[in-house]
Amino acid sequence: MNQLRRSFLKSAGAIGSFTIIASILKPATAIAAAWNKLAFTSKEPADAISNAGYGGATESGDIMIKAPDIAENGAVVPVSATSNIPGTTSMAIFVEKNPAPLIADFKFSNGTEAYISTRVKMAKTSLVRVSVKANGKNYTNSREVKVTIGGCGG
Amino acid sequence: MAEAMKMRATMEGNVADVKVLIQHPMDTGTMKDSKTDKLIPAFFINQVVATLNGKTVLEAQWGVGIAKNPFLGFRVNGAKSGDKVAVNAVDNLGNKYDGEVVVA
Repeated sequence: MNQLRRSFLKSAGAIGSFTIIASILKPATAIAAAWNKLAFTSKEPADAISNAGYGGATESGDIMIKAPDIAENGAVVPVSATSNIPGTTSMAIFVEKNPAPLIADFKFSNGTEAYISTRVKMAKTSLVRVSVKANGKNYTNSREVKVTIGGCGG
Repeated sequence: MAEAMKMRATMEGNVADVKVLIQHPMDTGTMKDSKTDKLIPAFFINQVVATLNGKTVLEAQWGVGIAKNPFLGFRVNGAKSGDKVAVNAVDNLGNKYDGEVVVA
């Protein structure tokens, strides 16, 4: 009985370490994670958000979004965002009314602050949504940017 | 294509403020060429990795919604002047864009 349990644990341990090795090897061979085509080609904001892994998020005022209230040129809209939620490991930017709402997804490591500054295209007036992952939970915040000339051609 | 990327990194306290500018059309694939009336195929940077002294500090995936000639700003805590920041970007056709700067 005891013997059986022992050999069972042994084999389970062997399988366990095998999968650990496999999971370590995987990201090493592909330097960056594969481009999330599904999320980037999703047309509905809700689909883009869930396909990017930011679904079921709690609204949080600790995510600061800096963007103009009115953008004269939708082709270039400066957006920067800071997450003051401790343990933020990644951040995604969505422009909800764009033909492809997911703009970018960022992963922070080795001391990089939960801050991103970039410039996005906006087809028309829309909510700009920033979602983050922190401690296994998702948080989100949004802010409206009015666009007078669209910049997406779509 | 080294000249396609401009970078600057300056210390603010113990945080390195990094700014990156890459020359790229970032074509969405939905716009028509005004002369030929044909769709301009999608051509955009979709992956960006930044390292500090060889250690990954930021990994990004981009879609077509990043503006033409992309700008990226980020901040790395615990960096010091003299550290090396490198950025490697790849577009959807596999073209590579690399840049490196010493933190001032």
